[in-house]
Amino acid sequence: MAWTKKDLLDLEYLTAEEITTILDTARSFYEVSTRTIKKVPALRGKTVVNLFYEASTRTRASFEIAEKRLSADVLNVNVSVSSVTKGETLLDTVKNLCAYKIDVIVIRHSVSGSPLYLARNIEASVINAGDGAHEHPTQALLDIYTLRERLGELKGRQIAIVGDIAHSRVARSNIWGLTKLGAKVTVVAPPTLVPRDIERMGVAVSHRLDEAIARADAVNMLRIQREREKQTLFPSLREYSKLFGLDEEKIKDLPEGMLVMHPGPINRGVEISGAVADGPHSVILEQVTNGLAVRMAVLFLVAGGTSLHPESLGT
Amino acid sequence: MKQTIATAAAISSRLIQLSDDVRAACPDPARLVLIGIQRRGVELAQRMAALIAAAHAAPVPLGSLDITVYRDDLSMVAQQPIVHSTNIPFSLDGMHVVLVDDVLHTGRTIRAALDALMDFGRPDIVRLLVLVDRGMRELPIQPDLTGWKLSTKAGQMVRVRVKELDGEDVVELLDGNAN
Amino acid sequence: MTLLIKNGHLVDAAQKLDGAGYVFIKDGSIAASAPGTPPASLHPDDVIDARGMLVTPGFIDLHVHLREPGQESKETIESGCRAAVAGGFASIVCMPNTVPTIDHASIVKFVHLEAQRVGLANVFPAGTVSRDREGKELADIGELATAGVVALTDDGAPVMDAGLMLRALEYARMFGIAVMDHCEDPQLTNFGVMNEGFYSTKLGLRGIPSVCEDVMVARDILLAEYTGGRIHIQHISTAHAVRMVREAKQRGVHVTCEVTPHHFSLTDAALSDYDTNFKMRPPLRAEEDRAALLRGIADGTIDAIATDHAPHTDTDKNVEFDYAADGVIGLESALPVAYTKLVKEGALPLMRLVELLTCGPAAIIGKDKKGTLRPGADADVTIWNPNASYTIDAGAFRSKARNCPFHGWAVNGKVIRTIVAGETKYEAV
Repeated sequence: MAWTKKDLLDLEYLTAEEITTILDTARSFYEVSTRTIKKVPALRGKTVVNLFYEASTRTRASFEIAEKRLSADVLNVNVSVSSVTKGETLLDTVKNLCAYKIDVIVIRHSVSGSPLYLARNIEASVINAGDGAHEHPTQALLDIYTLRERLGELKGRQIAIVGDIAHSRVARSNIWGLTKLGAKVTVVAPPTLVPRDIERMGVAVSHRLDEAIARADAVNMLRIQREREKQTLFPSLREYSKLFGLDEEKIKDLPEGMLVMHPGPINRGVEISGAVADGPHSVILEQVTNGLAVRMAVLFLVAGGTSLHPESLGT
Repeated sequence: MKQTIATAAAISSRLIQLSDDVRAACPDPARLVLIGIQRRGVELAQRMAALIAAAHAAPVPLGSLDITVYRDDLSMVAQQPIVHSTNIPFSLDGMHVVLVDDVLHTGRTIRAALDALMDFGRPDIVRLLVLVDRGMRELPIQPDLTGWKLSTKAGQMVRVRVKELDGEDVVELLDGNAN
Repeated sequence: MTLLIKNGHLVDAAQKLDGAGYVFIKDGSIAASAPGTPPASLHPDDVIDARGMLVTPGFIDLHVHLREPGQESKETIESGCRAAVAGGFASIVCMPNTVPTIDHASIVKFVHLEAQRVGLANVFPAGTVSRDREGKELADIGELATAGVVALTDDGAPVMDAGLMLRALEYARMFGIAVMDHCEDPQLTNFGVMNEGFYSTKLGLRGIPSVCEDVMVARDILLAEYTGGRIHIQHISTAHAVRMVREAKQRGVHVTCEVTPHHFSLTDAALSDYDTNFKMRPPLRAEEDRAALLRGIADGTIDAIATDHAPHTDTDKNVEFDYAADGVIGLESALPVAYTKLVKEGALPLMRLVELLTCGPAAIIGKDKKGTLRPGADADVTIWNPNASYTIDAGAFRSKARNCPFHGWAVNGKVIRTIVAGETKYEAV
């Protein structure tokens, strides 16, 4: 089906068909990165701004490579939080950038809802590269892409998401995306890291890692982000790791095909042991490679022209 | 108004003939490569590759090419077209490439396809094979091998249907908005 | 100077008056209010024909932020008073979280003088509980009371120190004024920006648990019960808080509470697209809380409707959600929203709505000449048309601010005229 949205802000408001369109398009773009000349002219003449209000190495690198492989002109703007509080508003910054007739803004921001706020105020397309604890749609899409490549149809599949669900935008986007495609999602964490009423998002809640992974087709280990916490939500990393960290001991009896995922960056020895991260269950590096294809697809789809000449190219 | 240009039998015999022409044009089977343009060029290329391989008693490398991201009108379309897969799992350096498409019209698809091909290496020769040439070129591009040559008018549509995708083999000329 | 309002439908909860009647005003006071047609012996200087209209005591808002002194870009005493009379409010209690705070008699005097110069609504300042609103030591409560503050509150923040609250309740008893509290335990709010629940989870916004209000309300009730002081719970928002106030009242504790139109007509579902015009403290709560507020309104647990009119500039609000200022305006939307939601769409008797807007709040600030049409009362009268149906347009407000969560709502109930001390201060065009 055709893609008609100007922005990619979340997975909550996408249909299963729209998600599938992105994933299918990503499959077509995956091939570009296997070529000797890893570049196609799909976004030639388009300008993409990566506007990051939060430090990021991986997501920014992935977007930047995706943009360059699509031949877009790329500008990286990194705004430190301290200058935000003193300086101009987000909207002023972005309206200034839009005065250069840019086409796409990829934004990461620590405040939930900021991409939607931008999208409502500017003409350029907005791609959410992570907003607060709200959503990180491209991360979830690449997770789902990886699962689909490995497991095929996701309907009825059991996926466990483990870790700081309360502060995780990756968890929220995964929950929406996976449930829309028919997967059964269980979030696994101590009660202090499970946000209120999350069951209403269509997931099961467990406080026992062993029980949850025993029936899972895949387990997504979230990074423990101590820096996001404003209060102590568990006694110590040591205790967390003991109860909710994934190590060889906990996965030794699990079937071979059980997949271990992690959105990165990994805290080795905290949520996941080095041996598991590098072991046979791990698809962590596949996620990274797939992320590039997914971001190329998203950039390509949202950057679609806006004039009304839908006649197809003459053959 | 719908006019049948070619039936399944006619297409089948024309493809055999075209395969012979390809072999004649490219005597070195080791360097021959067929690349079909998405979507129906892929099926046509596949059938000819099978015919040629049978004649040579050796497989012919076969690739598929989606030219969507090379289109010259991407910034003008209202929504992005669907991107199909490109699969050229071999180098084109020094090869004799036969590019296969169903219908040649403005020439813009072939322009895009040539750009795309160059990203996969430097073939020695590229030839263009089309099942139907309907004329009305907008770019200086001509086919080397042609199944049927039609003279058509603006507003008309040449439709090639293939078994693999459409359930039947047929070439039709349609008027106006007929579908 | 005499004025006769005739042919209207009188509703005065203090007198249990509900029917066709007239009001006769003489020299700024109500000389007569009675059912039926005025006697021919009256020879008024002026006559207002209120045919088809409701004639009620002038409304009283216990909770208004006028922002002056100190934040005049948001609102001034003048613009706030214009908004008040346009909303049918003849009297407003202004909150002391100005810059400087109203913690000293000289600031009370300034507010009085400026309100007098503006000459629109009655402005009754509330003083702070603590010096500079810091929650550390008591403000000069006696001096403030003598200067005319009608209540004490550190609004915007709770009185977190229980010992300070205990002394405030004891001390204020001497002057017969209530201590009002913004009930929210900051250890539990924990930088939250909206109600904690399904919507905060889904939106990834930090949640403010409803229990943060409940624990403070429980504490305040116990302290009021222990001291015999008067506690008033500001902008009550949770089901448990309503239940506790109800139970405390039954025990005879001197506790009252107010509710805002936004808390009884909206829920946290309204935050779904991060509109900062739905961001305030306490936050919009869950549907079950809203339902409990409606029950509290109906059964008398809740004493007053107060707007918590909190004006902000576009710059304060047109930013990322976390950075946006808390608060919404309410003076010019309170009547239509309350009438539409409670009376027209709800089952609340009109008399009860009038009580919540007039004699209910008057009792809390001890103004027995306000909030009623009884002969001898101050001649504050609001004339309004319950049948007028229109769309709320925040752009047309008299307030300087536009942070209204009801913009675009289709409502009924329109203020036609606001009379303060016998003089018309607002008339609908």
